[in-house]
Amino acid sequence: MNEIVIISGKGGTGKTSIAASFAAIGESKVLADCDVDASDLHLVLFPTVVDKGEFWSGKKARIEEGECNECGLCQELCRFNAIKNFKVDHLSCEGCGFCFHACPAGAIVMEDVLSGHWFVSETGYGPLVHARLIPGEENSGKLVALVRQKAKALAEEKALKYIITDGPPGIGCPVISSLSGAAMALLVAEPTMSGVSDLERAVGVCNHFGIPAAVCINKYDLNEEIGREIERYCSQRGIELVGKLPFDEAFVEAISKGVPVVEYSKGSIRNEIERIWETIATRVKKQ
Amino acid sequence: MIVSIASGKGGTGKTLVATSLALAVSEHASIQILDCDVEEPNANLFVRAPIESAEPVYIPTPQIDADKCSHCGRCAEVCAYHAMAVISDKVLVFPELCHGCGACSYLCPESAIVEANRQVGVVEIGYRGNLELIQGRLDIGEPMPTPVIRKVKTYADRQRDVIIDVAPGTSCPVVEAVKGSDYSILVTEPTPFGLNDLSLAVEMTRDLGIPCGVIINRASLSRDNLIEEYCRESEIPVLLKIPFDRDIATLYSKGIPLVERETRWRNAFLDLFDALKRGQLYVAYNA
Repeated sequence: MNEIVIISGKGGTGKTSIAASFAAIGESKVLADCDVDASDLHLVLFPTVVDKGEFWSGKKARIEEGECNECGLCQELCRFNAIKNFKVDHLSCEGCGFCFHACPAGAIVMEDVLSGHWFVSETGYGPLVHARLIPGEENSGKLVALVRQKAKALAEEKALKYIITDGPPGIGCPVISSLSGAAMALLVAEPTMSGVSDLERAVGVCNHFGIPAAVCINKYDLNEEIGREIERYCSQRGIELVGKLPFDEAFVEAISKGVPVVEYSKGSIRNEIERIWETIATRVKKQ
Repeated sequence: MIVSIASGKGGTGKTLVATSLALAVSEHASIQILDCDVEEPNANLFVRAPIESAEPVYIPTPQIDADKCSHCGRCAEVCAYHAMAVISDKVLVFPELCHGCGACSYLCPESAIVEANRQVGVVEIGYRGNLELIQGRLDIGEPMPTPVIRKVKTYADRQRDVIIDVAPGTSCPVVEAVKGSDYSILVTEPTPFGLNDLSLAVEMTRDLGIPCGVIINRASLSRDNLIEEYCRESEIPVLLKIPFDRDIATLYSKGIPLVERETRWRNAFLDLFDALKRGQLYVAYNA
């Protein structure tokens, strides 16, 4: 089984539109939404949840009022400024437990945190594993790892060939967690100055972790000069450019209708995305 | 006044709004812009402030003094992030897992642990006229943006107005960037993706107790109702609409600030900031 992870660095370049399109086009696959703190794939795939669970991860400190003798050691030691007036600020606490171990009165307890929920669903295009991090919570990388682990188990159980993963924006913890050990990353770029800067950093992360990368330029005709710059960048770096998609309202219309763009626009956009999928699927099979 | 610009969904126009506000206000008054999207910092593509100084961001990570270490295992036991392991007569340190809490060195019974700074990113400072730019940049391959964001925010000068450009999503790096703001502007787009992620961002700002308002980017008469209805029900004001317009998108692609090209947009952002400062935008949308 081969896992293809769609990332971008920059947000809003079209990761989810492409993931949903691959869902509609590709055969024999499990879908995984690893953008766990702003997941959207379910909005175009209309999943029916068949299994779900809570995601408990990490701990937060709490000071037991009656036990605390207000010596102030915890406040002095905490490097995250999470303790003020003998109260722990839940949002600043990183759960390190330094205060818990150091408190001479034993007045601090570490409590498990419910950080989110995971779901295994059925969709018209095959099974989908998705999740929802509770806003403001930590450990998005661990929730991503859990989503991928469940997607992998499903693919093995049902003998499916591909895992198509809709990744998060950025280059930090959840992106690294989405990429590790994947067969390939598809980077969706847009021809803007921000898009170029973010693409280069996303390529940097793929290289850092040794993940083979390919690039697709979305909204190509928005700025063809920068589009060509991205093409040159890819060819200099030996990164395969697998396709170019137009700046077209069809993408927005499809999201508004709640369907993958390849179901909404059956002409040249569908053809190009089909071609991109074929290129990628062939490449990961060869690896 | 500290105003953070967040969104939930990526690519909705946070940086466009943050830089437009900062540039418009800087024509008349001193203002700071903090780029807290440290995974993909882009504000300076629009601000173009020459960088005058830089400060590395470190995480203090443990180093073992082999002569003093008795391999008792206390460090591995207290480390909440599994960044240390003791195997017979060796202590292994996994620096990329370390949050730098300091528990191991403090609690080591042999005083065998000292901390050494490990660089994870950089903060850069530049000036353009009345505008001071402070941007954080996470090193590629590093998972944790939070220490870089925290360092950027130490530069916030409450004597002036401060605009914070935030990463997409709603997880811990976003909370780190947004907390302490007097107001949050949430930038969205009129699609089901935009709405879904906006509602998560609203939940986050409410948890933090920060009042918020919405800017609809890529607005379109036929679609805006989706967001407007939600805002009415949630009693959140719609502050501004920026239309779905190819010319605006093209300017953005070239890194040309909208407010420098079009007086009406400069005035619109100035009016918005004035209204924010006068506290006029805390009222319910229908009031």
